[in-house]
Amino acid sequence: MFEFCADPSILDTVRWMSCYLTTGTHFRFYESFLTVLMLLAITAPVALAFGFGGAMAARSHILPLSLLGRIYIAAVRGVPDIVYFLFFVIALDQGIEWVKHLFVCTDLSQPVWNGTEFRVCPEAKVPLSTSSPAWHSAYAFGLAVFTFALVFGAFAANVLHGAMQAVPRAQLETAEAYGMSQGQVFRRILMPQMWIYALPGLSNLWLILIKATPLLFLLGIQDIVYWARELGSAKTSGNNPYPHGDWRVYYFLGLLVFYLAFTRVSEIVLARLTRRLSHGQATMAGEEMRKAGA
Amino acid sequence: MEPMTCLETIQAYGLRSLGIGERLLPRSDFTLCQQFTLIGSGLIWNIYFGVLALVFGFILANALALAKASHSPLARKPAEWFIFVFRGSPLFIQFFLAYELLVLLPRAGIEVFGITIETAWTTRAWAGALFVLFLNTAAYSAEIFYGALKSVPKGDLEAASAYGITGWTRFRRILWPTMLRLGWPAYTNEAIFLFHATTLVFFSGFPAFQQRGDALYYANYFADKTFNPFIPYPIVGFYFICLTLLLIWGFNRINLHLNRHLPSNLTRKIRLRPQLIR
Repeated sequence: MFEFCADPSILDTVRWMSCYLTTGTHFRFYESFLTVLMLLAITAPVALAFGFGGAMAARSHILPLSLLGRIYIAAVRGVPDIVYFLFFVIALDQGIEWVKHLFVCTDLSQPVWNGTEFRVCPEAKVPLSTSSPAWHSAYAFGLAVFTFALVFGAFAANVLHGAMQAVPRAQLETAEAYGMSQGQVFRRILMPQMWIYALPGLSNLWLILIKATPLLFLLGIQDIVYWARELGSAKTSGNNPYPHGDWRVYYFLGLLVFYLAFTRVSEIVLARLTRRLSHGQATMAGEEMRKAGA
Repeated sequence: MEPMTCLETIQAYGLRSLGIGERLLPRSDFTLCQQFTLIGSGLIWNIYFGVLALVFGFILANALALAKASHSPLARKPAEWFIFVFRGSPLFIQFFLAYELLVLLPRAGIEVFGITIETAWTTRAWAGALFVLFLNTAAYSAEIFYGALKSVPKGDLEAASAYGITGWTRFRRILWPTMLRLGWPAYTNEAIFLFHATTLVFFSGFPAFQQRGDALYYANYFADKTFNPFIPYPIVGFYFICLTLLLIWGFNRINLHLNRHLPSNLTRKIRLRPQLIR
């Protein structure tokens, strides 16, 4: 990075550190923070959409749909979510390859699951073994995002379902008395009012989602935990221009501080958002704001 | 070799997670019975971590909740920071950090007043991971109890003053039981998710000594070996649903006991709330 970094062994501590922290692998470590942020940025809206779908299904008057929504919500509770993370990543991967196998492979005589093997023809591999490494990691990341969204979607569905029930019945009845259709009541009355009831649950879910991101490591993604272990482990002078002892504890301390700061900032922002959304609502907080303003 | 009957499998692998019985894990021709037995054997560790962390955590949580509610900043500030650090960071990172810290302890042991204290055992999961889980659940529970302490009805305290009940007696007979009663439904959820969190232990730096792992460790072993996730993971799920139901039952009994003086329609119901990973 800097010109004086040519021979690190003769540098003083400050310069050595500035060289050490700007090596190529360290930049990949910093990039992995972006991976985490990207996971959050994609997962949060997708999980919310899943949750909305789940909540709508659970509310539905059509029995099979309602049952499906309820099972989706109930299944994710009661079982540790890490089980789902480990399960879905393999299950999804195999499911995709199996479907592709049925379509693209010519020889379907062999069973796909065979004893201790899962075998599809080379053309059915996802991604293909000839694909670039970038495509491979993008696929792994996509699977991880989908798994996160599926698990957190069930929790969001639970929160949103509760929020939809919490909107005062009188509000909906009034709308019906004005002759609005079911769809109109949902769009114009229920939807705008439900968020304030959903916000405490969703805020909690957001904080939990942040704290679940290190599990990316278990899904085989090169995330911040991976790089912290990689960079922190002891380096000898033979293979590395920056030899050092076992520094993993400092790297993990850094991650701890990162997460503490992230959750703290989130808490502050969410508290502000709650205040904003309480404005003009038929809740205690909304009523207090109205009185204070008058 | 003659294939084992299911009973023989249970005898061989039922206590495998404790290092008792057959040393080698099955390597081929995995039967459903083997998977059920080994994963169930691993569940012993989940129960061990869960129960001990819960018991010790409960005691520390009470102390922390009181400290956080204290007027003296000397007691309040450390409690607030402790709760903030453990609730604000992922348990997964806490496990890694604790493991790396414990590894840094001098190998030969620490010399205190001429007595050498061994340190090697602290890096083992049964001690190190239990310690992290204990601190973690103490922080989460302390926040629950703190909230409950703050919502003890004013009238109860006024009534206590009117009867001349003050100090330690007031705490023991009025404040503490009411705090427990109010916080119990939330604490039940905390207990459930503590048990779920125990599955992280063997995926977070702590090595499974001689392949003695927990339920998820063995499920992962089978999924890796058979390339078929559709059997071992649902088995773990099944075990955990049973464990969760058992916990809810037990905590409900205590809840009924705590609320026994109230008319039945005022009893606070325990509802399973989603909380997930920490």
